[in-house]
Amino acid sequence: MKILIMVKRVTDPNVTIRPNMDSSNVDLTNVKMAMNPFCEIATEEAIRLKEAGIASEVIVLSIGDKQSQDQIRTSLAMGADRGILIETDATLEPLNIAKLAAKVIEEEEIDLVLLGKQSSDKDNNQTGQMLAAIKDWGQATFASKLYISNEKATVTREVDTGLQTIELTLPAIVTCDLRLNTPRFASLPNIMKAKRKPLVIKPIEEFGLDLTPRFKMLNVESPQVREAGDILGSVDELLEKLKTTEGVL
Amino acid sequence: MTILIIAEHDNSSLKEITLNTITAATQIGGDIDLLIAGEDCAAAAEAAAKISGVTRVLVADQACYNGQLAENMAALIMSMASNYSHILAPSTANGKNVLPRVAAKLDVSVLSDIISVESPDTFKRSIYAGNIIATLQSLDPIKLLTVRGTSFSPAEQNGSAFIKVVDGAFDEALSLFINNDSVVNERPELTSAKIVISGGRGMQNGENFSMLEKVADKVGAAVGATRAAVDAGFVPNDMQVGQTGKIVAPDLYIAVGISGAIQHLAGMKESKVIVAINKDPEAPIFQVADYGIVSDLFDTLPELENAL
Repeated sequence: MKILIMVKRVTDPNVTIRPNMDSSNVDLTNVKMAMNPFCEIATEEAIRLKEAGIASEVIVLSIGDKQSQDQIRTSLAMGADRGILIETDATLEPLNIAKLAAKVIEEEEIDLVLLGKQSSDKDNNQTGQMLAAIKDWGQATFASKLYISNEKATVTREVDTGLQTIELTLPAIVTCDLRLNTPRFASLPNIMKAKRKPLVIKPIEEFGLDLTPRFKMLNVESPQVREAGDILGSVDELLEKLKTTEGVL
Repeated sequence: MTILIIAEHDNSSLKEITLNTITAATQIGGDIDLLIAGEDCAAAAEAAAKISGVTRVLVADQACYNGQLAENMAALIMSMASNYSHILAPSTANGKNVLPRVAAKLDVSVLSDIISVESPDTFKRSIYAGNIIATLQSLDPIKLLTVRGTSFSPAEQNGSAFIKVVDGAFDEALSLFINNDSVVNERPELTSAKIVISGGRGMQNGENFSMLEKVADKVGAAVGATRAAVDAGFVPNDMQVGQTGKIVAPDLYIAVGISGAIQHLAGMKESKVIVAINKDPEAPIFQVADYGIVSDLFDTLPELENAL
């Protein structure tokens, strides 16, 4: 079984992002970048399936600028076998990412795609579902448990009321939630080894797809900042404030 | 313009977030159809017909919609999509699961988790863990949106919509519903509760959450948790408040033993009044709290319970 994992280079989740000077977009100058945390979980799950003898090969795909190679190398250092970067400086919407990924799936004859449920920068939470739709495959989003056997994937999903378990016929798409696993740290020897693993860079034009944006960013702004309030000395003082001043109790 | 809304329901009742989504649709303008797809969902459809602003309730009651599997739901929605200018769903696990699948089938984009309607084609949404509000104009012929419930007031319930049965079972046979392991919870839902009390890593273990529950039950509050508390196994995933969990905006949010990571703040900073109880005076949560008590939560929680 061949697994494709998709990883995204995002701004470090702990960095506070601000608008640029003319509020036309966000200011990412010199901002620290990282792999989207959910993509690390997808990588870990794929490697575990390989270690369990279920997967034969783990291919890692990223679609982004040249520096996205760093995130592919991180996946390779964790244990993925080879990488593909579809290089573009454009910020692509999830629909276009899904269309490009679908092309890679056709070339590579993939049986299972693992990706993060959302990215920590834009929080779209769409790519996996869109990819499943384009391929007409089954989808399991928000996975917290994954079990593969006899061409079926049994997936426990984190939903609003608790957990839901569904079964998919492979090939299929699974998007990973936080509790699926704890990603490993790559060891230094594995980081060195990853530098020699194959990584193919494909220019985006090679795919011949119409990737016209479907929405226009008109403006970005910072949200209203909450002011720090009062530190109170006792529970009684707090209840008095909540009842009398605020009227919320 | 005609708008289709995918209702959030559990077959027997409608979830409150459906009402917020209808308000967003009302701000766009036009007729509103509300789709109830499920199995034995007549009761939810009856409730839906009472919502003000809804023109028609479309009921698709078939075994294949049990568990709201994305593949079957998307096929059903596709069968009617060409009638609509907008398709909206609440920004819930179901809405987020289904709508992007519909979008890709229609070859259009989705704007996720919108927080305001500026015009029928322009919307605001929050990105970068709530640090940026982006205004986006959709260029697609059909606009697909998921709606953040807490950003829109609930629609009134004194309408009388026409109920129309939708025939046909779209069973794509790509996935199979096995079961739901739902957490039985007598307290109000997190996303619609007027008061929420949440615990973080400072709670130390799952048993200690009973201290929060006792306070919650005195004031009719819902109980939430941070990602750290869920990851540590203190409480189940459906209690997580934050960027990747549930977004809440109650009248009163009480954060107990929560440091205030930006990912948590993204899920609760629109609350009307925020109270923080934490023994670390430097905890970032105090920078957004209206009222803070610097104390050991194990002393303060019993005190709070007794005083209420």
